[in-house]
Amino acid sequence: MAANPMTQFDVYRIGPEIKIGAFDISFTNASLFMIISSAAILLIFNIGSKKNSLLPNKIQLLAELSYTFVSKMINDTAGSKAKPYFAFIFSLFMFVLFCNMFGMIPYTFTVTSHIIVTFVLASFIFIGVTVIGFIKHGFGYLKLFVPSGVPAVLLPLIVVIEIISYLSRPVSLSVRLFANMMAGHTMMKVFGGFVISLGIIGGWLPLSFSVALTGLEILVAFLQAYVFAILTCIYLNDALNLHH
Amino acid sequence: MIQKIYFQSIFFSFLFFKEVFAAESGGMPQLNPEFWVSQIFWLILTFGILYIVLSKLILPKISNNLESRKSQILENIEAAEKQREDSESKLKEYEKIISKSKLEAKNIFNQAREKALKDINNKREILDKQIDDEINKAEQEILAFRKNAPEKINKIAIETSSELIQKLIGTDVNSSSISAIVDDLSRKNGDKYYGN
Repeated sequence: MAANPMTQFDVYRIGPEIKIGAFDISFTNASLFMIISSAAILLIFNIGSKKNSLLPNKIQLLAELSYTFVSKMINDTAGSKAKPYFAFIFSLFMFVLFCNMFGMIPYTFTVTSHIIVTFVLASFIFIGVTVIGFIKHGFGYLKLFVPSGVPAVLLPLIVVIEIISYLSRPVSLSVRLFANMMAGHTMMKVFGGFVISLGIIGGWLPLSFSVALTGLEILVAFLQAYVFAILTCIYLNDALNLHH
Repeated sequence: MIQKIYFQSIFFSFLFFKEVFAAESGGMPQLNPEFWVSQIFWLILTFGILYIVLSKLILPKISNNLESRKSQILENIEAAEKQREDSESKLKEYEKIISKSKLEAKNIFNQAREKALKDINNKREILDKQIDDEINKAEQEILAFRKNAPEKINKIAIETSSELIQKLIGTDVNSSSISAIVDDLSRKNGDKYYGN
């Protein structure tokens, strides 16, 4: 079944089975790549922030550019009020980016290609944003569902649509990332399988596709992390500055 | 054969993703809930640690680094600006000194020239005066000579004529009568001999 393009998404246990009550929390390949991604982020940013030279070296420059990139993104989309949430959005962006990028290395596991992982991240953002909105504006936060300047006849319909769209945020956020990663990796695997099955004579066309797809997937990996972070910023903006 | 059909269905799935999503749900490891709890647990653990370490340790350091660099650059720019202003003011001072000294040199030169001209004029005047004096003296002498000349000539004429007469005749002749004749002659012919 090695040729099955879906086997790359299989989760399997590494080491012994660990159970807490009825829950199985065994260490799996997914856990391994979460740890690898987090460790890589911490390593790079630790080295990048250690020395404070006036003329930064490459890793320091990388760390500082990422910092200013995310900081600018938050400032542009959610305003200066979002400053306390900078660390969370930065960690989120970096975690998703590194998980996506590690998935691009052959024989690795893509953590973000699992709906449960992206859904947990998205629902955490959803719950957090909702809580922040209610803390900042009280029940006034419900005004988010009542856009201004809508005719009174349409208002019930609009409110229902707004509520549905609000509730579907975590679903769309998680499915967007998960589906992009899964589709890209499946497609690469399929083209890789074509190279093998068509052999030395006909395999060149799918091989060239595969090469092009690798470039595209690296772009998608970055883009999806960026989209994930920027959508979080937009939701946060709704919660912080209530002007619908 | 089965494998081939499977491949084809996956391949066409990219054109009709939704249909395949439903059709392949059985084959998607993502929808197998066996390790969901494990993934949630490890996700919260790793992401939590990542968030805490980044927010408490690393991000403040990076922001600190950026701030300190910014302030250092600003300080350097300020210092450079100050030094530039200093050098400009010094340049102005220097130019002032130069123009002042040029003016002074001009003044000194003019003064020296005036003094020299004055000296020359003075000396020339003195010399002119001396020369004039000498000329006047000489002219007066000449005039005196000229005035005395007829009288002397008359005297010589009288003496010589009286001696001549004595030698010729051998007797003394009254000198007053001779002088009267000479005077008479000189008055008659004086203009002929003495010009003016």
